[in-house]
Amino acid sequence: MSSPEISAPPKRWPLVVPLVVVIALIALFGKRLADVEGGDDPRLLPTVLLNTPFPEMDLAALPNRAFGGLATTDLKGEVSLVNVWGSWCVACLAEHPLLVALNKEKTVPIHGIAWRDPPEASLKWLAQHGDPYTRVGQDPRSTAAIALGVTGAPETFVVDAQGVIRYKHIGPITPEVWQTKLAPLIAQLKK
Amino acid sequence: MLIELGHFALALALLVALVQGTMPLLGAARGNPAWMAMAEPAAIVQSLLCAFAFAALTHAYIVSDFSVIGVAQNSHTAKPLLYKISGVWGNHEGSMVLWITVLSVFGAAVALFGANLPRTLKARTLAVQGLIGAGFITFILFTSNPFIRLNPAPAQGNGLNPLLQDPGLAFHPPMLYLGYVGFSVAFSFAVAALLEGRVDSAWARWVRPWTLAAWVFLTLGIGLGSWWAYYELGWGGWWFWDPVENASFIPWLTGTALLHSAIVVERREALKSWTILLAIITFSLSLLGTFLVRSGILTSVHAFAADPARGVFVLALLAVAIGGSFTLYAFRAPAVDGGGVFSPISREGGLLINNLLLTTAATTVLLGTLYPLIADALELGKLSVGAPYFNAVFVPLMAPLVILTGIGPLLAWKRGDLAGALQRLKAAAGLAALALIATLALNGVDLINIAAAGGMAIAVWLFAASVTEWLSRVRGQDGLSWQRIVNLPRSAYGMTCAHLGMAVLVAGVTGATAWKEERIESLKPGEHIELAGYRVTFNTARDVRGPNYAALQGEYTVTRDGAAVATMRPEKRNFSQPVQQTTEAAIHTTGISDLYVVIGDMDGAEGAFVTRVYHEPFVPFLWYGVLLMGLGGLVSLSDRRHRIGAARRVSAPTHALPAE
Repeated sequence: MSSPEISAPPKRWPLVVPLVVVIALIALFGKRLADVEGGDDPRLLPTVLLNTPFPEMDLAALPNRAFGGLATTDLKGEVSLVNVWGSWCVACLAEHPLLVALNKEKTVPIHGIAWRDPPEASLKWLAQHGDPYTRVGQDPRSTAAIALGVTGAPETFVVDAQGVIRYKHIGPITPEVWQTKLAPLIAQLKK
Repeated sequence: MLIELGHFALALALLVALVQGTMPLLGAARGNPAWMAMAEPAAIVQSLLCAFAFAALTHAYIVSDFSVIGVAQNSHTAKPLLYKISGVWGNHEGSMVLWITVLSVFGAAVALFGANLPRTLKARTLAVQGLIGAGFITFILFTSNPFIRLNPAPAQGNGLNPLLQDPGLAFHPPMLYLGYVGFSVAFSFAVAALLEGRVDSAWARWVRPWTLAAWVFLTLGIGLGSWWAYYELGWGGWWFWDPVENASFIPWLTGTALLHSAIVVERREALKSWTILLAIITFSLSLLGTFLVRSGILTSVHAFAADPARGVFVLALLAVAIGGSFTLYAFRAPAVDGGGVFSPISREGGLLINNLLLTTAATTVLLGTLYPLIADALELGKLSVGAPYFNAVFVPLMAPLVILTGIGPLLAWKRGDLAGALQRLKAAAGLAALALIATLALNGVDLINIAAAGGMAIAVWLFAASVTEWLSRVRGQDGLSWQRIVNLPRSAYGMTCAHLGMAVLVAGVTGATAWKEERIESLKPGEHIELAGYRVTFNTARDVRGPNYAALQGEYTVTRDGAAVATMRPEKRNFSQPVQQTTEAAIHTTGISDLYVVIGDMDGAEGAFVTRVYHEPFVPFLWYGVLLMGLGGLVSLSDRRHRIGAARRVSAPTHALPAE
């Protein structure tokens, strides 16, 4: 039994193939990075929730607040923000002054979901740092957080007048985020 | 103060790395021995400086110095010491410092242990290592500096993600980095060889131990990550084809290919240009993994907080390092080609097929991982590629690989005797057939069990074939010879051990995938779930406190045929800093299968808790398989031809050809 002997072919062009593949990949990554920088962040939700109605919920109120708890029906009729927060959350404290300031401007009602937070702790925290919320619903067992796909606090949802989620922001809202993303979107939704 | 010194040391390391990356290269080109000689002290000094910077950062974490921004963001005084330390690499900045420290230590190791290397090859290798170091230190200093102070310092830190507060995950990243970064040595050797225009069996003998060491670390690192996911995430799953898992698995596949092709270069001086290419590809894929995790361009649970500025920097580094080396390859590879010719049916031929299958598998996994990106770029819409794709393309590539792994080692170099090899594998084939029939007889004939029977059969085949191969080496006319058993080189034992590990792993993957069972029920105290012959009875749930968490602990009594088996206590831990829940599954193992119990939320007011029970047959085999493979690598590493100083002196081949 003799079989043909093989050895590495001396052709030159295959040697360039890896380089071409690498250049194509780098171009691909470059484009993706540019997209991410341009705001098309893939982590901004593979949101199955985007452009779907706000999930059904009816959360209990914090005691002794002027407005009641938060139910899905409360979100219809007006563009609003829903902010998931907790008195235990350090990053929430960072965005809080901005929420308080926004509430003074009265551009949009801000509702809160007090996530896994004893009501006394929530109230004490709001008394201490200011209360920007119209309605606040308690979510002691993460039912709302799970329905909303919340991965951590704070997270903020923009809900349109039909009660449909139009945007989700993960992490503290910075003035920059507000000016470049949320404010223009809210203005557009209000038209 | 220590922090500032650490910062300074890192800046100094950059300068040293720049010297290391340029002077020896110029010296090698001009034949200037003094310039070339700068490589070794530079590599050693660079590693000391990086290690000092890493130690300074670690100190800040241990003493909870919250005036350092990274410590404030990722640590907390209430954390146990182990997690204060592992917190150093639990975030992007700190993990980069670990990365660069490992890189520079590998460089120093080449400087210290490479006494027999030709002077120009050593100078060039260390120079390339220095250039990689310079690139990444620049990256740390300008975009990811962990030494920045925070003013005023907060009274308390943010804490570390509780999922990461786990012994398995404390050591997973360092292991992985030792693997990833270890491949930099093979890369540097490959680039240096291209610059030299010379690759021979001595080159392969120098590269192989480094590759082997990196491969062992990567194997154990991936295994550790999988083990962690299994017991910590509470789904009883151990592999998810997540982009970041893939990012570590792809270099493992090409690294495994490299390991095998380097043998061909060492023994037969064939496949040289291919081996160089694999060395470059493997480290490039390691860099790609680093990039994907840190740039935010892929969706993954593992991703670090993303920052596009970092992404641009790493991409630029990637373009220079990978693009540069492939350009060099395109120009210089013809210079290193040539070498031994061999028949397709030979040990070399078998290793070549091994390489083709492994690189094809690596390509398909890479394609699946990047496909969402490609689809997005081509406007095909946003999508994700999940386990069904990977299983569908990966398994058909691995099955032939596993079968051929049984045959390859029995073929002779240059021209093998396939019929003779198969003749000797009759017993193995018989056992495999037996496994096939037994699996079907025990579990019934349906689609899943046919696939499972196939998996078990090839696992038994590989196991038996590996034992056969070992026997054929140690058995002569006079039967088993103690002399032969002792004299067989360690590399042969390493191979056998790693292949046996592969067989055990295949059995584990097959069994764990095919026969996993689960039940989810809400149990009141005294109620039970029956699964796989076990009766799991819920007794009670109570609150317990850990150092930095409060937990709900369930107590379950497990019996089998009325006899007590175990008491299992799964926990649901509530961490307060940061707020997060983790599940601590309780696992009872028989060594062959696991019983896995998870306690969920309270259900209703009558003290009922949602309880999930999994029966996970063969999952322990996964860990045995990984450990055997890692052990095989270590045994092979201890072979005397790899030992320091032996590289040149050992001239006679140490592999015995199979007797025939």
